[in-house]
Amino acid sequence: MQKATIQLETLSCPSCLQKIENAVKGINGVNQDSLKVMFNASKVKVDFDSEAVAINDIEKAIEDLGYPVVKSKVKPA
Amino acid sequence: MQRYILSKKNSITLISAILIAFAFFGRFSLDNMAIFNWSLIIASILGVAPIAIQAYQALKVKVVSIDVLVTIAVIGAVLIQNYEESAIVTFLFLFGSYLEQRTLNKTRSAIKELTELAPESALKQMENGEFEEVDVDDVDEGDILLVKTGAKVPVDGTVLTGEGHINEASITGESLPVSKKVDSEVFAGSILENGTIQIRADRVGEDTTFGRIIELVEEAQDSKSEAERFIDRFSKYYTPAVLVLGFIVWFFSKDIELAITILVLGCPGALVIGVPVSNVAGIGNGARNGVLLKGSEVINDFSRVDTIVFDKTGTLTVGNPEVAEKEFYGKNTEEVLGYLASVERESDHPLAKAVLQDIGETTFSTVEETEVVKGGGIVAKIGVHRVAVGNVALMEKENVKLSEKAKKDVERFEKNGNSLVLTAVDGELNVLMGIRDQIRPGVKKDLQKLKKLGVKNLVVLSGDNQGTVDLVARELGLTEAHGHMLPEGKSAYIEKMQAEGGIIAFVGDGVNDSPSLALADIGIAMGSGTDVAIETSDVVLMNSDFSRLPHALGLTKSTSRNMKQNITIAVGVVLVLLASLLFSEWMNMSIGMLVHEASILVVILNGMRLLRYRLRE
Repeated sequence: MQKATIQLETLSCPSCLQKIENAVKGINGVNQDSLKVMFNASKVKVDFDSEAVAINDIEKAIEDLGYPVVKSKVKPA
Repeated sequence: MQRYILSKKNSITLISAILIAFAFFGRFSLDNMAIFNWSLIIASILGVAPIAIQAYQALKVKVVSIDVLVTIAVIGAVLIQNYEESAIVTFLFLFGSYLEQRTLNKTRSAIKELTELAPESALKQMENGEFEEVDVDDVDEGDILLVKTGAKVPVDGTVLTGEGHINEASITGESLPVSKKVDSEVFAGSILENGTIQIRADRVGEDTTFGRIIELVEEAQDSKSEAERFIDRFSKYYTPAVLVLGFIVWFFSKDIELAITILVLGCPGALVIGVPVSNVAGIGNGARNGVLLKGSEVINDFSRVDTIVFDKTGTLTVGNPEVAEKEFYGKNTEEVLGYLASVERESDHPLAKAVLQDIGETTFSTVEETEVVKGGGIVAKIGVHRVAVGNVALMEKENVKLSEKAKKDVERFEKNGNSLVLTAVDGELNVLMGIRDQIRPGVKKDLQKLKKLGVKNLVVLSGDNQGTVDLVARELGLTEAHGHMLPEGKSAYIEKMQAEGGIIAFVGDGVNDSPSLALADIGIAMGSGTDVAIETSDVVLMNSDFSRLPHALGLTKSTSRNMKQNITIAVGVVLVLLASLLFSEWMNMSIGMLVHEASILVVILNGMRLLRYRLRE
């Protein structure tokens, strides 16, 4: 399991959270319970299995919703 | 393509504003309905594009978002050829979200300032021995780093070579630079003001003290209270419900205009944003003022506190004894003080330090034949004089006669909670000093402020003897004071108070009293920032600054009030909109959207007030 912290551009609507949550939860290899979308910090924190899914895929899922990723950090969990 | 459109949202907003203006110019100045209609149609299509894309993306992940409601409403308006409404509604929606983003950034600014203090790069020693600049993420524990004058210390570490002065304000709140030399600990985020040092990295990234503080504040600003989680759950079903309602209205009345107006009016914007905005601004204000509040639940609980318990007299007192009262008998006072200082200079007794500090500059004499009397004091020979320094028992032993006045003074000093140091030269009492721990400057005023803020009980629980504790309590106007307390006794006391219905805040240093800190409704740690107490408590007063306490309480009260105001505004606006739709003629989509966006801005601006909050004197 890897731990990803993804910094997004400023989130301004709380309903964005729900979209991002659902989108990331739908990705295979993501630990759903660990997912945390932080509105004020505009960050996504999630644990994922690096063999099943790449960080780029998670980033892409979020960017496809229209929320650009500023940078992301991956650490062994 | 989708991403391109989304990234041009601001330009689209501007263009659609120009088109709308042009449309009205065409209609009223040129009397040309074609220009009017076509400008508005273009504005509508252009404006709805980014909203529709977001709506589509939301539906793809099974979320009915506000974008979905607005998109349907706009399409509906175009279908019934109400181009004026469709253009204005899309413009207001886009412009509103632009303003939201701008103002939201303001409310988050205080916390952003803090996170921006985080170091970004480091000079790391490479294999060839040279130092190279690397990203701070590439520094591992054990790496050797170079820190130059003016640079930020990138990690928590130990000084290997060099020395300098470091400003640790970002960690401890203390702005006086601290001197560092070999083996000193340095902290990430502090700034080397002069000198050059090489350090070994001990803790990096989020494990550093600074990293932990940032992490904590970031978590806090997004932590949710019960009420917020309820609103979240509510809004998850609310938006789809509005959609269904709109559909039902259309189905039965066949009035598209009314149906799409409901969609716009039903947007839940202000309700979902109101509480997080107050939260982030309140916590941001605290972070700026040396108060770490761990989340909105903490804010709500703290604001309702009616009893504050202090863990020891040391929290309210300076913690180092000072000479509080003194009396002189006979002549030669100057000379005797010189003797006293000379004797005390050789002692490491805590009271001796207080005596020396009080006397200050004096002429020292050579002390001969020092004899320490256990449980009494010191007897020494200075020149031809026999000097006895100690308590009343020593004086009796030395056959020093106390005058009636001296006896009365001794009694009074003891009653005031002093430890006594008597000085006799050649069997004559010359000096009587009363030494005690001083109340911290300003504490009395701070406690009064707490009372004014509605705290009913101020309690001190201390391990000291009851006399000392009573004294502090009387001087400070505490409501209760209990001495001889062990940590178990303290937690038992808190449980008892809670059983009686009190909401208790416990102020402690977090080391011995962690059970009480955890047990109390609000645990407040007086931390220097490097303490583990940060982890276990709900509120941290940085740099152990007692005067932050009233500010913290006042701030949580204001923040909690602010949240309630925002909820009231949000709910009120929705009710008024729906009522006016039912009972008035003038309500339409554009006005609905305008009021709706305005209410969002109002709650954000209301939250922003918290950034400027200061306790009124």
